Amino acid sequence: MKNLILLIPLLPFLGFLINGLLRKQLSKGLIGIVGCGTVLGSFLISIYAFLNLDAIGGGRQISGSAKIIGNPVIHYFDFINVGTLKIPFAFQIDQLSALFLLIITGVGFLIHVYSTAYMHEEKEEHFGRYFAYLNLFVFSMLLLVMGANYIIMFIGWEGVGLCSYLLIGYWFKNIDYTKAAKKAFVMNRIGDLGFLLAVFWIISKIGSVNYSDVLTTAGLARFSTGDIVGITLLLFLGATGKSAQIPLYTWLPDAMAGPTPVSALIHAATMVTAGIYMIARSNILFTAAPLTLNVIAIIGGATALLAATIAMRQNDIKKVLAYSTVSQLGYMFLALGMGAYTAAVFHVMTHAFFKALLFLGSGSVIHAVSGQQDIRFMGGLRKKLPTTYITFLIGCLAIAGIAPLSGFFSKDAILLSAFEHNKVLWAVGLLTAGLTAFYMFRLLFITFSGTFRGTEEQRHHIHESPAAMTVPLIILALLSIAGGWINIPEVFIHGGERLTSFLKPLIPASEGSPVAHSTEWILMGLTTVVSLVAIIIAWSRYKVYKEERETSLTKALENKWYVDELYNGIIVNPLNKFGAFVARFVEKGTIDGLVNGVGRLVNYSSRQMRWLQSGQVGNYVLLMVVSMVLFFVLQFFLRK
Amino acid sequence: MFQSPFRGLGFMDIKYYIFLSVALFVMGIIGVLTRRNAIIIFMCIELMLNAVNLLLVAFSKMHHLAAGVANPNAGSEAQLFVFFIMVVAAAEVSVGLAIIVMLFRNTHSVDVNFLNRLKH
Repeated sequence: MKNLILLIPLLPFLGFLINGLLRKQLSKGLIGIVGCGTVLGSFLISIYAFLNLDAIGGGRQISGSAKIIGNPVIHYFDFINVGTLKIPFAFQIDQLSALFLLIITGVGFLIHVYSTAYMHEEKEEHFGRYFAYLNLFVFSMLLLVMGANYIIMFIGWEGVGLCSYLLIGYWFKNIDYTKAAKKAFVMNRIGDLGFLLAVFWIISKIGSVNYSDVLTTAGLARFSTGDIVGITLLLFLGATGKSAQIPLYTWLPDAMAGPTPVSALIHAATMVTAGIYMIARSNILFTAAPLTLNVIAIIGGATALLAATIAMRQNDIKKVLAYSTVSQLGYMFLALGMGAYTAAVFHVMTHAFFKALLFLGSGSVIHAVSGQQDIRFMGGLRKKLPTTYITFLIGCLAIAGIAPLSGFFSKDAILLSAFEHNKVLWAVGLLTAGLTAFYMFRLLFITFSGTFRGTEEQRHHIHESPAAMTVPLIILALLSIAGGWINIPEVFIHGGERLTSFLKPLIPASEGSPVAHSTEWILMGLTTVVSLVAIIIAWSRYKVYKEERETSLTKALENKWYVDELYNGIIVNPLNKFGAFVARFVEKGTIDGLVNGVGRLVNYSSRQMRWLQSGQVGNYVLLMVVSMVLFFVLQFFLRK
Repeated sequence: MFQSPFRGLGFMDIKYYIFLSVALFVMGIIGVLTRRNAIIIFMCIELMLNAVNLLLVAFSKMHHLAAGVANPNAGSEAQLFVFFIMVVAAAEVSVGLAIIVMLFRNTHSVDVNFLNRLKH
């Protein structure tokens, strides 16, 4: 079992090495097989590990109804061993990481398969490079969730940051794309700094970074309250970077520069869920810091609402989806802030299904209309792309939270816990749910109904995507429908909430007064009604496309509330100016002056010394004698 | 001046050796500095070398006598050593004379002032 578990991250890494090193030799088919096969292997092993979770710790222990894994930590070797600090290279396979393993490798595999068709027109070596990056991405994400301590998590954490940079800038010849990649990287680095500081803080207090040492009551007792608040806030800063929350969310919409399957991978299966995973993993710490939880809840709610408003007026099909991702991530953070970690993880899972579906669907659309991404030049695609349309519709219904699709249950769980804790945030969540339904169906109607508004040439090329693209769509659509059923609330069927009880050993149920079943029904009804109304509004307005009215509000929305401009104004431009100043004065004046001065000094002194070498033998002899005499004199006088 | 160990032993005082060799050495230096004929410069160099040799022999004798060795042949090692130096000097002379011959072939003169292209 120990070696089998090691294979889970190792297989994608092998795929990365093979595809990366042999990209010029291998054919496209072979590259695709290596890329997909390795992830499929990891997926199969993950399923095996998931089903045999009890066997990992050596023997099964049952306490009450929940199975507790004896010792989920699998130790391989000591990674860092300095003084008293020991950081093992160890994996922790428990309920939480097993669940994430399934999501990452499962959805990741479907995206890999989809990519073989989507990227088929790339040159072979670029094709190989693409799959190498993709495999490395999966590897890093696996390392992130499997690590048994914060350092291993950090390696994966940095790895996904690097891979997102490489993949967003995959078409590196386009300067805008490389800029987007750079932005993603820098934004992530800001968050990473927070994460790193938190890890240092933990080391200085506990002297260990193992979850088994830090995330226990004994470990918790060694922190002061201030420590916990500081650490959790710093960890949350890390999460805002990776999971695209205010104030570091602007990189995610720009990350659209990468190929569409990459967006699916970043938004659904990997990367952005890292922050949620990290907080859910450290839930004991966060529960002990109510202040941080409040901050998380507020930022989550604000991000959800802000991103949802922006998504209402975007015309790039991928931008809409990107902002919906930011918004949904805000939802998850809202849940985390309420202490409803299970609900957040549940939403991560359902979101992975329907967001991967939506992104891959949008990729299928873009593929069909010859690379056009602006929905104003689409329309009427329903007849031409039936499979894409149906699956996209399912994705929209799921994200809008229509029962009984998966999004309904996860969103409902979040809203319920919000209602229990904070009515204002609940209202924000409800409003966001309505907005979500609105912008998703606006996107759907503009893209698929009405008549085609693109060029004649594009119209001729419209075709349904090949099976390698539609089959993953269908599988993801089925998952989007059924994915929510694993955590059906108690009010529907007795013995529901399987996920909650599955995760119970790791995530204790949140406190708070549980609401009555009748209230729960009312809340569900309310959410559904709001979503349905929003869908109807979207239908009435966009079933036939017409130019949208321009007001100052819509203009602000189209320009994303001018947040990018604000950041440019107050951070980027001053920094650029400062950089230019340093380059001009400090660099040119001081450093260059110093270096050039040394050079000039040598030059000058050598010119002065030149007369010594006259070429006259007599001079040389004279010099010799004079210096000899000088030495004697010095010797004589300096003797004492 | 220091007390000579030669005194009363039937040897000349050491200072006369020193004076002689300093005189020879300085003559050598002056010759090297002032003369332009390469052969004379060469001779002057030899003069300096032999001034030093003389001093070596004298000091060797002096040190052995100062240590109180009664044997009048004591301290003759330096004389052997000087023969070696002279052998080396002879080798050096052969090289030096060869250079001078080459110089004469090129410039038809042995004047070192014509030898001013050493830096190229």
